[in-house]
Amino acid sequence: MAEQSSSTTTKAIIGAGLAAAAGTAAFLLSRRTGSGGAPVEGISDAPDHVWRRGSDRYDANLLGNTVMIGRTPQELYDEWRDFTRFPRFMENVEKVEKLDDKSSHWTIKAPGGTSVEVVTRISEDKPGKAIAWASQPDSDIQTEGRVDFIEAPPGRGTYVRLLMRYDPPGGMIGKGIAKLMQREPKIQSRRDLRRFKSLMETGEIATNASPSGRKSETPTEPRI
Amino acid sequence: MRALTWHGRHDVRVETVPDPEVINPRDAILRVTSTAICGSDLHLYDGYIPTLRAGDVLGHEFMGEVVETGPKSTLKKGQRVVVPFTISCGDCFFCKKQQYSACDNSNPAETFDASRLLMGHPMGAAFGYAHLTGGYAGGQAEYVRVPYSDVGPIVVPDHVEDDEVLFLSDILPTGWMGAENAEIEEGDTVAVWGCGPVGLFAIQSAKIMGAHRVIAIDHYPRRLELAKQMGAEILDYREVDVREALDEMTGGIGPDACIDCVGMESHGLTIDNIADTLKAHTFLGTERPHALRQMIMACRKGGRISIPGVYGGFADKFPLGQMMEKGLTLKQGQTHVQKYTKPLLDMIEQGKIDTTFLISHRAPLEQAAEMYRHWHDEQDSYTKIVLKTEMAMPRQAQKEQQHELA
Repeated sequence: MAEQSSSTTTKAIIGAGLAAAAGTAAFLLSRRTGSGGAPVEGISDAPDHVWRRGSDRYDANLLGNTVMIGRTPQELYDEWRDFTRFPRFMENVEKVEKLDDKSSHWTIKAPGGTSVEVVTRISEDKPGKAIAWASQPDSDIQTEGRVDFIEAPPGRGTYVRLLMRYDPPGGMIGKGIAKLMQREPKIQSRRDLRRFKSLMETGEIATNASPSGRKSETPTEPRI
Repeated sequence: MRALTWHGRHDVRVETVPDPEVINPRDAILRVTSTAICGSDLHLYDGYIPTLRAGDVLGHEFMGEVVETGPKSTLKKGQRVVVPFTISCGDCFFCKKQQYSACDNSNPAETFDASRLLMGHPMGAAFGYAHLTGGYAGGQAEYVRVPYSDVGPIVVPDHVEDDEVLFLSDILPTGWMGAENAEIEEGDTVAVWGCGPVGLFAIQSAKIMGAHRVIAIDHYPRRLELAKQMGAEILDYREVDVREALDEMTGGIGPDACIDCVGMESHGLTIDNIADTLKAHTFLGTERPHALRQMIMACRKGGRISIPGVYGGFADKFPLGQMMEKGLTLKQGQTHVQKYTKPLLDMIEQGKIDTTFLISHRAPLEQAAEMYRHWHDEQDSYTKIVLKTEMAMPRQAQKEQQHELA
């Protein structure tokens, strides 16, 4: 009886071990293919920037965020079309100067208190629908951006989708440092879009600036 | 100004901090006249809510006088207002659906990522709570900055005292929404777990909404006495087995609706609660949902569970199958305060709701730290504490004195 029960226990342990090994293998495999055995040709109706590594439409340098804003596509397009307004809601954009109707000169904050200069030119302009821009060859960094104003379901305004393609300065290490300093573009663009939404819906940008018992802070600066 | 600041577990201090300033066009600055300590402040005091930082000014139940307004505020200097604890813009998709506590703009870009990560979506902001909910300074202070002052604060008439309307800021609408979420029908027996301020207001609200019977559960005699005063039958869980009592009191079917006014720090020496407490103290878990587990087992088949009590994260040993097999409906959430302030103010003015019966102590703001200790340690006798920035006479007495002087 005791022998039988011990052999049952052994079998259970072996079984559990096999299950764990199979699970680990499946996990590693799914990490490699990114989609746990998804078909080679993609079928998902999702935008390009959410596709997993290894899947059909994956693009390592593309990042994007979408936010719903309770205004019409045209109103939002009109606000966005004037690039000189970017510093109001884009935290790392210090200044944008208009060069001509399609070109502008951007000063962008970079890690370590430095800044980079970029000249961009509008490459696509569909009033009320989309604006795309790209950096010109003599810029400090190469970047491309695109914003789409997509009509949301009735009564919900607009889905504003910001897509960016960029070469991080300093390659992977630069990307790591930028991420540590929270200037990683994905986080940055999510926050910038949040500020844009706040501005367009409420007429101001939400801030928690208020008193605290911390000597290092003033009641007029945001507290992170 | 003087303000109550948090410095760590069981360490709050009244200290001098800078005065708030108008930052955005829709802001207003209040001179706080009355502010209360909430049951959910105890979760902060006990250190259960993450992302609070040393030096944060607490307090989300407050009222006062408008002393400064931004260019787009609709308030006027000198008006008396009560401020909802939820900070809501009034313009976003959620606010327009009157789901004010889900506001999608009030939690600033600098802080909203944390709750987005933890909850799946960023939470709306609140005064004097953790940075998960925006990190705004609270109102246990002499002055406070109120964002979106054109949609949040409700102006109260001169003839009502602070103490009658102060609880419009949180616990009264929270108890009311707790009862509303219980979807009370004629003939219903409603059971309320927890007879703290929210529980007491949930009992009163359930009665107003037409509950045939209300049964209140707690273990503090003084709080149960207040529940009885509000028309509830009472159960002290140290004296009786709650589930057996509820079954026997409802002909074996159980209460039609159960309201959880306890939240994450359940009391009681039961096996599940001891395990939860151990885990909470060793940072292996956040919830101690003993009361909620009991509620799911006690509720009648096809009944409703409403949860105004605060929970913060993940719970285990949760009777999910029981919930499914019995076909229960669960409704919960942070209170959409702005939706309820106007109708509840009307009811206070008409004398339909008693809002002062639960106040046991009034003290100056300077004694706030001491009051937190009492609120934490002596829950039977301290049923609600109101702090006054100046221990002034009641408004009516003040007026009479001014009249005499004139």
